This record gives sequence, C-alpha cells and structure tokens, in this order.
Amino acid sequence: MKSFLRNEAVRFILFSVMILALPALLAGGYLLNVFVFVGIHTLLAVALNLLLGYAGQISLGQAAFFGLGAYASGILTATYGQNPWWVMVAVALTVGLLAFLVGFPILKLKGHYLAMATLGFGIIVYIALNEAVDLTGGPSGLPGIPNLTVGSYVFDSDLKNYYLIWGVTLGAILLSLNLVNSRIGRGLRAIHDSEVAARVMGIRVRLLKVQIFALSAVISSIAGSLYAHTMTFVSPTSFGFNFSVELVTMVIIGGLGSIYGSFLGAALLTLLPEMLRAFQDYDIVVYGFLLIVMTMFMPGGLVRGVPELARRLLARGEKGRADA
Amino acid sequence: MLEVSGITQRFGGVTALDDVSFRIGAGTITGIIGPNGAGKTTLFNIVTGIYTPTSGAVHLEGKNVTRQAPERLAAQGMVRTFQNIELFGRMTVLENVMVGLHTKGRSGIIASALRLPWQIAEERRLREEARHWLDFAGISDLADIEAGNLPFGKGRLLEIARAMALQPKVLLMDEPAAGLNSRETLELARLIGKICEAGVTVALVEHDMELVMDICEAIVVLNLGRKLAEGTPREIQENPDVIAAYLGEG
Repeated sequence: MKSFLRNEAVRFILFSVMILALPALLAGGYLLNVFVFVGIHTLLAVALNLLLGYAGQISLGQAAFFGLGAYASGILTATYGQNPWWVMVAVALTVGLLAFLVGFPILKLKGHYLAMATLGFGIIVYIALNEAVDLTGGPSGLPGIPNLTVGSYVFDSDLKNYYLIWGVTLGAILLSLNLVNSRIGRGLRAIHDSEVAARVMGIRVRLLKVQIFALSAVISSIAGSLYAHTMTFVSPTSFGFNFSVELVTMVIIGGLGSIYGSFLGAALLTLLPEMLRAFQDYDIVVYGFLLIVMTMFMPGGLVRGVPELARRLLARGEKGRADA
Repeated sequence: MLEVSGITQRFGGVTALDDVSFRIGAGTITGIIGPNGAGKTTLFNIVTGIYTPTSGAVHLEGKNVTRQAPERLAAQGMVRTFQNIELFGRMTVLENVMVGLHTKGRSGIIASALRLPWQIAEERRLREEARHWLDFAGISDLADIEAGNLPFGKGRLLEIARAMALQPKVLLMDEPAAGLNSRETLELARLIGKICEAGVTVALVEHDMELVMDICEAIVVLNLGRKLAEGTPREIQENPDVIAAYLGEG
C-alpha cells in the first residue's frame, strides 16, 4: 500500500478523484463556493512554490501578477468586449514577458533584498490599479466582467466554476509535478541548496531563476483571469501586499517544495477564516495563534508534519495499550 | 592544457596572489601545495571563474578563458570540487550526479512539464549515464540515499562522481583528502589514478604530503601569494626554499 502511494501517477489520480468527487459531498452549499477559492489559491500557491519552495527565491509580489491577470482580463472583456479565452492566453503571455523583464535585474538580488525588490514591484502595481481610474475604475473596482462561456454554455454557477477552476488547477499540478522531477527541477533544487555548486555544474543560474519567475507569473495571471470571470467584479484590495504575504504563508504552512503541500496550505488558509467565524471579533487573534503554533511544531509544513504527528499518536496509543 | 599567467588578486589592501604563473600539461596530475594562507583556494576560485582576477590570464587548451562565468567554464570542461563538499543535500545521490549531467540535457521548461516523448528518453539516458559515474566512483549501492545523509568520505566520492559526469578536460580538486581517514585516502588515491587514466588532467590542492608526493607528477608550491617553486616531487622535497617555508622560517 505504501509503495503504491509513493507512485507519483497513483497519487495524482487519487487526488484528482477526491477533488472531482468533493462537490457531491458538499451538496452545493456555501462550502462549495469556498472550495472554488481553494482552487484559485492552490493554483497561486503551486506557482509560488516552484519559485520559493524549489528554487529558494522569495517573491512578495505574487499578488501583482494575479492582479494584472484579473484586471487585464476584466478590462479587455468588460470594457472592450474581446473574447475572454484568447484574452486569458494573451494576457498570461504578456504578464510572463513582463515578469521576465522585471526578473532579470531583480533576481540578481538575494534573500531580504530580493524580498524588498519584489515587494516594491507589488506596491507599484497596486498603486497603478488604484490610480488608473479611467481604465480600472480605481478603488471602487471594475464591475460587469462576463462569465466564461463555451458556445452557449455559461460558467455561471459555483458548481460549474468549481470544475472549470479545478480542471485548470489539476492540470497545473500535473505539469508542475512533471517539471520538478525533471532536469529543470533538479536545476532549481540545486540552486536552492548551493548556488555556487550549481554554477560549477554548468547550470545557468540567473536564466533559470528568471524563467521560473516568469512561469510562476504566467500561472498567477491565469489564476487572476479565472478569478475575474468567476467573481465578475474585481477591486484593488484583493491584490495588495496582504495577499502576497498570505500566499507565502500558504506555501510555507503547506510545505516548501511540495506541490500537494501547496494545496494543503491553500485549503487551510482559505477554510480557517470561515471556520473561525464562531470566534467573532477574536477570529484574527485565533488565526494568528494557530499559524504560530503550526510553524513552531511543523517546521516542514503540513505535508510533512501531519503524517509525523499521526505516527507519534499511533506509537503512543500502542504503548498505552502495551502498558495496560 | 591549463596555463595560468601573471595572476594577481588583491582584496582591498591585501594581495592574495602576486604574479603567479605556471602551466599544467595534458593528462598529468599536478599538486598545488603551500602553507595556510598561501592563496591556493583563491587560485582555484580564479581559474574556475568564481573570482575575477585583478590582472593576469587563464588559458584552457590555448584559449583565453579569463573572466568567463563558472557555468560557461564548466561547459567547456573546467570542473572543480570543493574543500567543504558542496552536495545538493536534499537530493538523492543519483540525482546529484544527474545535476552534473545538466549540460548534456536539452529539455527546457515546456518539454519537461509536458513530458514530451524525447524528454522521457533523455531522462532515461541521463539516469543510465549517472549510474555509470556512480559505478566509476564505487558508490552505486548508495544511489537512492539522500545526499545529506551520506558519511563524509562517501560524500567526497559523490562529489567526484558528479564532477566526472561533466566529462571535464581539467578537474580541479580542492583538498580532496581533507577529513578522510587513511583507508578512505587510499581509496581516493586509486580513484584519482583512474580519473587520470580516463584522460582527464587533474590539479589538486592538498595538505596531505604523502598523498601529493605519491600521486603527483608535478608540484607547484605557493607561499604568501607567490610561486615559491615548481618541479617534480623529488625536486620539491630537496628545495631549500620549500623546506624553509614549511618549517616556518622567514
């Protein structure tokens, strides 16, 4: 059973079946809507994990790529009436090119300095979304973005959007799993462990970092487009610094360098605020407390920490039985 | 094969290397020795492109390669190992060697993400080749262990296997015997001999004199950033300047 679960293809199929069957359990309730967002957040967290978890490069500007995708899709479809599908693709490629150009100078930086530079980029985009009122509608947002359609089929319900977004997210997970287990993935992990050793192995470190930065921007932009067409409304507050930090938290809480960890982190950080509603005004305190406790006791993230915890509890249970 | 001419390296006011020149013949094993602070590691860092020298030039097979980036030098056959082994600790032993084969692969992000048929074939080819180099270094039984969990001596062998995967023209080894026990050092000496037989020119910085005198055909002695002497092991052992430097006289 264990070696069966270790097989990458088997794990992916099991995960996909679980995701595809989930709406049946949720019976179309309010949680289904939450899981639509888990899907978008997973897509964003997987994109960031490629950069942060595998290549070891921080970005505090991921929300900017998400926002650029959302707004560009929104403006081109709502204001200019273009076809949303080709807009999504063209925007993603443009955002990727932008990330490539921005990444080339800033990925020379390391650690805190890279964090600052990406943070700066995120803030510039956020200000632009707020200030370009004619184009973006400014702080009051951009309404009237159409739902996606295929022929006469309209993605206008939570259930339809759930399958649309999770279809894309599962696809991105599969491609990312392939990528991290390839020559490119080994190059990324090598950079993470020792940049100088990676260079001596003939890896073009700078180019590879910029490429993966651009890839994560492309995926984030697609997530943004999907978000815009699902919500039919976007406003700048969704794409600010807070959200960039939240994405980093998802990746770290879930587990750096684990694609499924990104799902766990995204699911937890999306579901937790909903579950903490019972605490009313104190929810943010409990939320912060839980995050601190989890980082302290599961430094490897949920993906490594939960099995470890289960193993310990099982061992204790068996010992208890033996003592009795 | 490798020619170093007039290399000077200053860090602020400190002159780490002062007008050092020597050449290393193809297919030989050359030892670079000297007391601590002689500039041996600095020299390696310059030759492999990690540092840019203040002045001087490095030629590989007659071609000027001064100021080239390490990744470009590696692709041209200038490969090194490190004093404090630099393994990729969270990857398996086999994957480490596959990183050494990076320049032999062509598949990029798109081919890898889509697992195109030729990418799958390339992965298989790289994996087989990596196994060959593990076998060469005598550590095939460790292929699936995480490199971070290897004992030091085996880590050293892995670093050499990984460097050999690049099929270097020149292999520069920075203190390969440091931290090894006598049995492991013997194993290392045999492996270095095998590398030389495979047609690779070897240069090593080393403190273990017995090893150096045993396997090197030529020796370069550095002291306080200058070249003190150059010659066969016998000539070096009899050189009064070298003896004085090692006994700590001015």
